[in-house]
Amino acid sequence: MSLKMLPTRDGYGNGLVELGATRPEVVVLDADLAKSTRTDWFQAKYPERFFDIGIAEQDMIGTAAGLSLGGKVPFATTYAVFVAGRAWDQIRTTVCYSNLNVKIAGAHGGISAGGDGATHQSLEDVAVMRVLPNMTVILPCDAIEAKKATIAAASMHGPCYLRFAREATPVFTREDDPFEIGKAIVMKPGEDVTIIAAGPLLHEALLAHDQLAAEGVSARVINMHTVKPLDAAAVLAAAKETGAIVTVDEAQLAGGLGGAVAETLVSTVPVPVEMVGIVDTFLECGLPEELAVAYNLKAKDFVDAAKRVLKRKRGD
Amino acid sequence: MESVERLKEICKDVRADIVRMTNAAGSGHPGGSLSAVEAMVTLYCNVMNHRPADPAWADRDRFFLSKGHVCPVVYATMARTGYFPVEELLTLRKLGTRLQGHPSCKTLPGIEVSSGSLGQGLSVANGFALSARLDRKPYRAYCLLGDGELQEGQVWEAIMTAAHYKLDNVCAIVDYNGLQIDGEVEKVMGIAPLADKWRAFNWHVIEVDGHDVAKMLAAYDEARQTRGKPSVILMRTIKGKGVSFMENVAGWHGKPCNRDEMALALADIYGKGH
Repeated sequence: MSLKMLPTRDGYGNGLVELGATRPEVVVLDADLAKSTRTDWFQAKYPERFFDIGIAEQDMIGTAAGLSLGGKVPFATTYAVFVAGRAWDQIRTTVCYSNLNVKIAGAHGGISAGGDGATHQSLEDVAVMRVLPNMTVILPCDAIEAKKATIAAASMHGPCYLRFAREATPVFTREDDPFEIGKAIVMKPGEDVTIIAAGPLLHEALLAHDQLAAEGVSARVINMHTVKPLDAAAVLAAAKETGAIVTVDEAQLAGGLGGAVAETLVSTVPVPVEMVGIVDTFLECGLPEELAVAYNLKAKDFVDAAKRVLKRKRGD
Repeated sequence: MESVERLKEICKDVRADIVRMTNAAGSGHPGGSLSAVEAMVTLYCNVMNHRPADPAWADRDRFFLSKGHVCPVVYATMARTGYFPVEELLTLRKLGTRLQGHPSCKTLPGIEVSSGSLGQGLSVANGFALSARLDRKPYRAYCLLGDGELQEGQVWEAIMTAAHYKLDNVCAIVDYNGLQIDGEVEKVMGIAPLADKWRAFNWHVIEVDGHDVAKMLAAYDEARQTRGKPSVILMRTIKGKGVSFMENVAGWHGKPCNRDEMALALADIYGKGH
């Protein structure tokens, strides 16, 4: 069965258009990347509520902050690497310290900007957003979940970072699947090991589940779309019930989803954890699919990690 | 609305408050606070449409302090206009205070946004002004910046944005005292010719003596009447104004008076016979 392929940024664009119709206080800002980030879909329908700030990410965040103080729900949008990096201090001091209702969308997250090379591949955004008090961090796994996350972000109060991808990736969730910020979803039940993933790589985790099943290993797969606040109950249940964890980050391992899971487990249920992700390096240019192979972000890598963690669980 | 003579008296009280509160805290920024006293007192007493007893009143004009380190002058002005008791000023920078070392909107009603990392306030004022325009509301956004702060690139991004969107409901106030921590602004990193720069960025520029209460009131009035473009009040000021030994001395940027110095400072502010 071939799956429909869509980039998660399309889900963002669709979510904004729906919010435009239902929520008059929603406004959208971009930093000269409206076509790439899909905010031009909102702009076309609601031009009076769209503000292009030009190539000025820091000013965009501050402007969004001011709009929120006027009662608007601003979505400040550009590439993940620019908004999370260049505008980090603005996000920290003006938005998070003041706990303003600003939504920040980072497009082209992870390895999806592959051909542009290391400057445009956003691998640190998860860590630097997650460390900020008051911030919510969401990594939708496909275009359908991306639309739901966008709409849900508009209904919660406070700063929220949403990460989207450039490349078309499998659409494997359904319109009627539930989505609640901070509530993990068990995609596959399992008893031997748990794979915790977020973002488009979740699909690879599901493929890993099938490969492991063929070898007689029962792997639970958790969709941890909200990296912060982490659904600690889901993590603890997985640790207690399966006794071994594999985490998957399309990001630097330091400070990512794996780090969040490990922080939760180390002082509670310290079961063995194997982390898959980018290990303290800048990547090179290449197709995202090529990069995923080159940097060990494929289902087979998750299977290998599961076997390693199972060995540690057995005490071999 | 206060008379010019009364405003001058309030300025003296606010100056004394700045000296006392930073002395009590043992740290803080008296120099740049003292140079912005007339700007803040005229703004809060006679210019802004606001309700100190109801800081969250939806239709108020907004003041955004971009150079957060001069919060002593804002706190003192707020106390003197009825936001909270004057005695509370002496809690500045102490554990549990509402008067954080750099202002926090989470602790003190009337502070619109937290600030302290320089260069960010004008962007916020612009965003608020855009929101006011969308809602067809008449309220205005005021933003106080330091002259050294203009070395931050984000300020110039925001200057472009305000002009691009023709935000005539934005009024920036630049405390042009010519000094920053490392010395003279022109020696550290020159910003001149400042009026020409703002004009070139399509702002209406008002140059004024920032310690002349009547002229400051006129400047705010001119800004309010200017249509189609944002206004900036470039106010020539003296860092440490009103305290003889602090005036034009960069070293008083972030150092409070000790007890003996405070007595001298209060005598300067109120006059020897006070």
